[in-house]
Amino acid sequence: MTQLPDQNGRFGVFGGRFVPETLMNALIHLEESYQHFSEDETFQQEIDYLLKQYSGRETPLYYAERLSNHLGDAKIYLKREDLNHTGAHKINNAIAQGVLAKRMGKKKVIAETGAGQHGVATATVAALLGMECKVFMGEEDTKRQALNVFRMQLLGAEVIPVLSGSRTLKDAGNEALRYWVSNVEDTFYILGSAVGPHPYPMMVRNFQRIIGDETRRQILEAEGRLPDHVIAAIGGGSNAIGMFYPFIEDKDVALIGVEAAGKGVETAFHAATMSKGTQGVFQGSMSLLLQDVHGQVQEAHSISAGLDYPGVGPEHAYLNDISRAQYVPVTDQEALDALKLLCRTEGIIPALESAHALAHVIKMAPKLTKEDLVVICLSGRGDKDVESIMTYTGGKKL
Amino acid sequence: MNLMDQTFTRLKSNDQTALIPFLTIGDPDIETTVDIIVELEAAGADIVELGVPYSDPLADGPVIQRASQRALKHKVNIRTCMETAVKARSAGVKLPFILFTYYNPVLQFGLDQFFAELNAHEISGLIIPDLPIEESADIYRMAETAGIHLVPLVAPTSDERIASIASSAKGFVYCVSSLGVTGERASFFEGIEDFIQKVKTYTDLPVAIGFGISSGEQAARFARICDGVVVGSAIVRQIEETIPLLQDAERRQEGLLQIRNFVSQFKSE
Repeated sequence: MTQLPDQNGRFGVFGGRFVPETLMNALIHLEESYQHFSEDETFQQEIDYLLKQYSGRETPLYYAERLSNHLGDAKIYLKREDLNHTGAHKINNAIAQGVLAKRMGKKKVIAETGAGQHGVATATVAALLGMECKVFMGEEDTKRQALNVFRMQLLGAEVIPVLSGSRTLKDAGNEALRYWVSNVEDTFYILGSAVGPHPYPMMVRNFQRIIGDETRRQILEAEGRLPDHVIAAIGGGSNAIGMFYPFIEDKDVALIGVEAAGKGVETAFHAATMSKGTQGVFQGSMSLLLQDVHGQVQEAHSISAGLDYPGVGPEHAYLNDISRAQYVPVTDQEALDALKLLCRTEGIIPALESAHALAHVIKMAPKLTKEDLVVICLSGRGDKDVESIMTYTGGKKL
Repeated sequence: MNLMDQTFTRLKSNDQTALIPFLTIGDPDIETTVDIIVELEAAGADIVELGVPYSDPLADGPVIQRASQRALKHKVNIRTCMETAVKARSAGVKLPFILFTYYNPVLQFGLDQFFAELNAHEISGLIIPDLPIEESADIYRMAETAGIHLVPLVAPTSDERIASIASSAKGFVYCVSSLGVTGERASFFEGIEDFIQKVKTYTDLPVAIGFGISSGEQAARFARICDGVVVGSAIVRQIEETIPLLQDAERRQEGLLQIRNFVSQFKSE
């Protein structure tokens, strides 16, 4: 299993490379360069140095005692990715791809972003490494996340509002790929999630697995055993695959991905790709996606801009297929309730994305005993969401 | 014999270059698309690329994106596109049709059924812009069995991939004129002549150039070095600009004539 993807970038039937011919050599070259530098010790050392001294890793695995007591008997730990520089796990991947871009001699980077977390992380790394940076962002999202737009501009990046399609994350991804087709010779595309054509899903997983590697070591230190349940939110699925991957061979560890059900999976307003999606090709890979019977991609809906995506990473589709991981939906309201609970019990404002993972643990809690050990990936902090939560509640207290 | 092969053979014996216009089916509506195809033939088109509208057209620039959005408003799908080819044939159009579609709509239609129906719907060839050779072994086999030419794209960045792409091609080899998505442009990949020559060393099939050709001058320049010229966005933009006329019963003929005149500038003698 750890050998996946295969040489064609496939995880079972999922993955692969479905892109215009113009990009094929760039993807092949990217894969070769990645393999080449992976074997170069100084490459990994440079990344490790930046993750430690610049981003502040390792991040704590925090025993949330008041939350645990509030919910019942189980012992709940939080992997504090929110304490990273720029406030989310996105920086892990952005640093690594940035260093790879530099080693490949590229001076320009581009990225897509939804809420702006990956855009901010990429703009940050571009500033750090002295690269020119363009971030593609749906026009809708530039309005919803005006502060993050300004943040990226402050860091020296150019934010390009995307006017095509639904003007959200999926369209930002399309536009980044189109721009890359035109500028493939001097530009590196720092893709933010475990999606897209091979080698991105593999690369992003490997750059995010530090979350799971640290967690595994930390829980063994703290508890002397592996957790029973590992839970992470999933949009494209980068924090979830990073958290899950080092536990895949540990069959007694239940892996649970939590996707956004928006207003409910029974409505037309959700982003529940695993629950409601079907197999198809989207943004360069074979996976599950929200689409109509004719293969037209449908819009996703979630209060969390980071989960508001009609596709999902191919490795997750595979883990779902072989039943190694389980995927469950959580609504906007359940996520907000969970966010509030964490604020009040632990003094931590989680990102709306991460609140989805917590919301599922709240649902599980009544069935758990004091023997149950739970780890939640707290993928990001909620500062960025305060304004949209105010909009959602109409300014009323949550 | 595939209709496309007959066309290229005839053109070759007359020392002519194929004019291959593209249009998005259902833009602005199916009935108008059929009428426009009739005009394309009248303007001197030799083969027509019928574009299946798609929600996420990765290889297309803004002009064709907008056309897709317009077409999708009235639920055009891959079946209506195939039926449009039949309607055009009934309207007297003789030239061969190539279906241009992204992979996902084909996948959802079902590969077996898709290839079983193409022939009955007057389709001679197929272009799938997001299906590189690494992913297309099954499709090649199914297309060959069905007698449908799967026309591959080669790009200026294809380099050592050109050999394998060109050698497995059917119908013709579609050379992308520049790095980038579809859309009119003033300049092309600098080494385009060498690129075309290189492609020709790997295949005896006709070689066509497309992406960005937007003037008769450009078309004439490329006609000298290849066997076919594809014109897409420029025509789709002309259709877009003509929509007010096309939707006005009294001025519809005037609109169709404008499109015919526009397209005829790309025909090189």
